[in-house]
Amino acid sequence: MSKPKGASAPGTKTNSDLPELYRTMRRVRSFEERVGELFVRGQTAGSMLHLSIGEESAAAGITAAMKPQDTFTTHHRGHGIFLARGADPKRMMAEIGGKEAGYCHGKGGSMHIADMGLGHLGANAIVGGGIPAVVGAGLSARRKRNNAVSVAFFGDGATGQGVLYESMNMAALWGLPVLFACINNQYGMGTRIDQATANTALHERAIAFGLNGESVDGLDVEEVAEAARRLVDAARAGKPGFLAVSCYRFYGHARKDKSPYRDAAEEEAGRQRDPVAFARARLIERGLVKAAELDALDSEIAREMDATIDFTIAQNEPPLASMFRDVFDPSEPEPEPVRTRLNRVLATEQENG
Amino acid sequence: MAELTYRDALRKALADAMTENPDIVILGEEVGRYGGAYGVTKDLIKEFGPERVIDTPISEPSIVGAAVGAAMTGLRPVAELMYVDFLGMTMDQLANQAAKIRYMFGGQIGVPMVLRTQGGTGRSAGAQHSQSLEAYVMHTPGLRLAMPATVADAYHLLRQALERPDPVVFIEHKALYTMKEDVDLGARPPAWGKAAVRRQGKDLVIVTYSRQLHYVMDAAKALSAKGIEATVIDLRTLNPLDFDTIREHVERIGRAMVVSEGAMTAGVAAELAARISEECFDFLEEPVIRVAGEDIPISVSPALESGSVPGPQLIAEMAGRLLA
Ligand SMILES: Cc1ncc(C[n+]2csc(CCOP(=O)(O)OP(=O)(O)O)c2C)c(N)n1
Ligand SMILES: [Mg+2]
Repeated sequence: MSKPKGASAPGTKTNSDLPELYRTMRRVRSFEERVGELFVRGQTAGSMLHLSIGEESAAAGITAAMKPQDTFTTHHRGHGIFLARGADPKRMMAEIGGKEAGYCHGKGGSMHIADMGLGHLGANAIVGGGIPAVVGAGLSARRKRNNAVSVAFFGDGATGQGVLYESMNMAALWGLPVLFACINNQYGMGTRIDQATANTALHERAIAFGLNGESVDGLDVEEVAEAARRLVDAARAGKPGFLAVSCYRFYGHARKDKSPYRDAAEEEAGRQRDPVAFARARLIERGLVKAAELDALDSEIAREMDATIDFTIAQNEPPLASMFRDVFDPSEPEPEPVRTRLNRVLATEQENG
Repeated sequence: MAELTYRDALRKALADAMTENPDIVILGEEVGRYGGAYGVTKDLIKEFGPERVIDTPISEPSIVGAAVGAAMTGLRPVAELMYVDFLGMTMDQLANQAAKIRYMFGGQIGVPMVLRTQGGTGRSAGAQHSQSLEAYVMHTPGLRLAMPATVADAYHLLRQALERPDPVVFIEHKALYTMKEDVDLGARPPAWGKAAVRRQGKDLVIVTYSRQLHYVMDAAKALSAKGIEATVIDLRTLNPLDFDTIREHVERIGRAMVVSEGAMTAGVAAELAARISEECFDFLEEPVIRVAGEDIPISVSPALESGSVPGPQLIAEMAGRLLA
């Protein structure tokens, strides 16, 4: 897949993917921090912003295993996945700000970003809502023989939705090129995973349906990337898979949630499980990249993301008339505004009167 | 008298009813430890324990379906759907099960449950978290439907819903939770199924419900400054529908407007306008006007979001033109 232009990963002379994975994760972290800042500055459309800080290894590791022709859907906490796939951070953040320049012209926002160019079939504000689409994408891939895999990204909370089990069953039954990627950040809002299911070994249920199933520790992005490659390759060959990436949601569910339902010690320990810091330490430890080079990369990314904020704030809101656009195909008439209908009724009245 | 928010009133209604009736249980996502996504069930789990305030997995069809089964076997469940937008996921349990069980089974048993949820625009929550789907419910025979617009009604309608023998869908409005009112909860409430006349005026009748009541009252004030006096009817419940109150005022005044946040086509406003046109035809001096939501999804952009639904200005403008 096409990686965004700009900073090339340092130390890429080695065979290791870690420098590139680090760079992707750092960009996600940096982007999400700026989204938080944008909210504080009152420049986001609403407060329903779900940051993926702490989950960067899932985004980087799994998208690294995908090919350009592959498609995917995400959940409501999908900024990082899309960015890792190669999204333009400016158009993403503009969408989060509800601006015309955003990927969906300010109609979708944080929870409904999509980009068909990068195979992003859509983020979703319905928990589990994007899962069955990958079964359909799998059917398309099979029929069109385009060798594409489709990946559904969702949270642990979505394991409560029946639609996941229906979809896994169909994918296994029909041998579809599909991966179910569960980002297990331990919480669905205030509900810890063990308060939502009696068997927290999530991959076991996938195995029961006849899929390949694995759980990995999201602290180590290389482990995630390796498991993802195994499962995506097998899916491409006709055996669908399920991958649970275990991580920790560093902050509240959405911007206004201060997580009163978990204690400070737990959060502290959770934030120690930082995949970005872990990868950074590894790079240095293995002598793959020098600390100074990483510092330079980090500041370059920080500058890129600062510019993204400035860009977003400078953008316009979509024009009011655009709200009638894209309900249907552009070749079809737009829905008639209430005002137009009323004008007709009230104008007749005036004539009669 | 006490100053309460809409949210407090709902919480108090649940707490008071649960104190009186040990069969009432609440089940839904984040209703217990978290206290509800909008804080309505805050601390009820501390007061009534986890056997009565049940945190569920994110499994909407089964939350509603479990409520149906609990209601059939002696409990009085209050199921909570975090957003009315998830109604579609639960529609089988609601429309094919809850709504039809009494009828299909020849009157052997009812399903006395309440499905609490909230809807509407106002938080830039986007297309899947901002809808007004009351028409889906109103269109389904066998379901009752309450939509409180005031703090007092938030309390009383919920208490009354918890006494009804049949399934009640109770739709709150997300933009009203922090609204405050001085209320005397000891005062006798209007009977279940009765509309409230919120304002009397001689020139036109505006029929509405839920958050739009407040926009209509603002519009009525602006109209009054121009010498136009509106009668404003707040339906409070859409099923039962208090058509007698609507008829009485429309027949007297001869002009009617219906205001709803839901999409205009085949919506609640369409039903009300059709019924007024049919039943009050001989008394009408003008066509019945609908001011309702646009036939489009709701955008996350605040400008497009507020442009998608009626506001006080549009209501006042159209009312003024109806009388011109
Ligand atoms: C069908 C549905 N039910 C409930 C919600 C409200 N809600 C939004 S996110 C969320 C928690 C989801 O948890 P998880 O799937 O683990 O994702 P995370 O937020 O942890 O990334 C809930 C309950 C929703 N958006 N859709
Ligand atoms: Mg989660």
